Amino acid sequence: MIQALRARPWFWSFAGAAGAFAATIATLHGQGAAGVATAALALAVFMVLAGIGQMFVITLGPGNIDLSLAANIGLASAVSMTVMNGSDAGIGLGLAAAAGCGLAIGAANYLLIWLLRIPPIIATLSSSFIIQSIDIAYGRGLQIKPPSGFADFTSLQIAGLPLLAVLALLFTGGIAVLLRRTIYGRSVLAIGQNTHAARLAGVAVGRVRAITYMVCGLLGGLDGAFLAGYFRGANVDIGNEYLLASIAVVVVGGTSVAGGEANLPGIWGASLFMVLLLTMLNTFGAGAGVRLLFTGLIIVAVVAFGGGRKTAQ
Amino acid sequence: MAVRVRLLRGLLPAFSLALVIAAIAWINPRAMSYFGFNLMLSLALPIALATAAQMFVIAGSELDLSIGAFISFCGCVVATWLNQSPLLGAVLLLGGVAAYAGVGALIHLRNLPSIVVTLGMSFVWQGLAILVLPQPGGAAPDWLQTLMSAKPPFLPLPVIGSILLALVCHLLLMRTGYGAVLRGAGGNPTAVTRAGWSLLKVKMALFALAGLFGVLSSLALIGISTSADPNIGSNYSLLSIAGVILGGGEFIGGVVSPVGAVIGALTLTLAASPLLTFLHIPPDWQIGANGALLILVLAARARFARTEAAR
Repeated sequence: MIQALRARPWFWSFAGAAGAFAATIATLHGQGAAGVATAALALAVFMVLAGIGQMFVITLGPGNIDLSLAANIGLASAVSMTVMNGSDAGIGLGLAAAAGCGLAIGAANYLLIWLLRIPPIIATLSSSFIIQSIDIAYGRGLQIKPPSGFADFTSLQIAGLPLLAVLALLFTGGIAVLLRRTIYGRSVLAIGQNTHAARLAGVAVGRVRAITYMVCGLLGGLDGAFLAGYFRGANVDIGNEYLLASIAVVVVGGTSVAGGEANLPGIWGASLFMVLLLTMLNTFGAGAGVRLLFTGLIIVAVVAFGGGRKTAQ
Repeated sequence: MAVRVRLLRGLLPAFSLALVIAAIAWINPRAMSYFGFNLMLSLALPIALATAAQMFVIAGSELDLSIGAFISFCGCVVATWLNQSPLLGAVLLLGGVAAYAGVGALIHLRNLPSIVVTLGMSFVWQGLAILVLPQPGGAAPDWLQTLMSAKPPFLPLPVIGSILLALVCHLLLMRTGYGAVLRGAGGNPTAVTRAGWSLLKVKMALFALAGLFGVLSSLALIGISTSADPNIGSNYSLLSIAGVILGGGEFIGGVVSPVGAVIGALTLTLAASPLLTFLHIPPDWQIGANGALLILVLAARARFARTEAAR
């Protein structure tokens, strides 16, 4: 039994999510369970998208991380809202612009890593500084509301299920196939397990890493557009919490920080857990300080108990 | 030739700083005065102290993403408890240093990735900061305000402080036996263990030093700003990493340079705000300038490394 659970690290994140949900409902005396679940699913989607992007990058192996995700989300939210310009006709173009913005950021990140041969942490850190500045200069005072069609789309529910969550679930299925069944996906895993061996086996390491940073950028960009739709407007700080959250859900969800081992179900479990945890603390009437304190303690505890797998390479 | 390239690379941080100062002098010669430097470098000391804190962690081949939130927390303590009941405040700050040593122990004992653990800790410190001081406010103790607004003869306080800081860190890390052991933990942990040193104690010492300099940074910061806010240090996590790297530090292998780190912090301070102001570039681009500076210096360094490798 223990053995079986150890092989499925995502189990714990779902168990945590269920526990937080139960505690919330108990405090509410059984009222509004459906509403809590719907809201949690809707909010978890944004973490899942950022988390999947970060998961791809982290799976590439030690040292690979994308610190520009928050700035990326912020800039893409502003770009998409500007391009849509409040009209339903511009939705497609706006989404494409957000995706393009994210892709460009991912490509720029990899270009820095490749050209300067610097650790990805520092490359994405410096680019995040620059993106943040662009966003502040470009997005300040930008008060463009999303087109009503797009805003409705991001908060649309089908029988209590947020449409975005359903789409994200289908998308996750696609990502699972991509990761397990395609040459690209298996190359990512191979590079994370042993870059040298992967190169000797004929994997185009440079190209796969470039694509991976671009995938992460793309997902961040789309996340920014959806966030702007859901929260009714772009904002420089809209992505701020998603940098730390994206790393947290990847790790809490059981993806190996040492790379070469991705865990998709865990991303969903951990995202739901993080959102429901905050919901629970909110229902208990806890203030912002207590919420942050508990979030932090739980991340550290989960890593401390489940960790110890930082293999030396 | 190879020696010359290596020397050039070692002088790169000082060269970058000289370049930034020269640019400021060229645009606005009047800034080159006691008063000018005092003003331009007003925030240099807290940033340099935070960079020193980060340097100790990087010396052990780890990374601390929580130092900014920790400085926020300490700042809130300094502006409230330390002001009203100094003894309790001092105990709380020392408790923070002890907690840092504990994080070092946890990372070592459970063999955890420091990025993730310190990421979690950044939430913890941020939460505690809000609990100590929910709204911006509080007041710095009088002695601290007096100390930080001192005007010593000849050299402005930030310059004297930075020189002192660089000296202390250099002596501690580069000129003592235990300093070599501390750096060895990042360079070759196996060798350090074989030589009979406890790696656990080394990691705890490195993190405790980081905590200590984090506390000093918050003291300097609150002394200057005279009041606190729970987000006062939030930029410092990333800034301090940038400072260490600008100063010639590397992420792995325990390669750090204390003098370089302090120079890196000064370069960041000068390039971010005064230079931009003199160039009439809006403050929106302040953070971006830091990023561009980081990329420029790393590009120069990569160029040197390639020349070195080619020989």
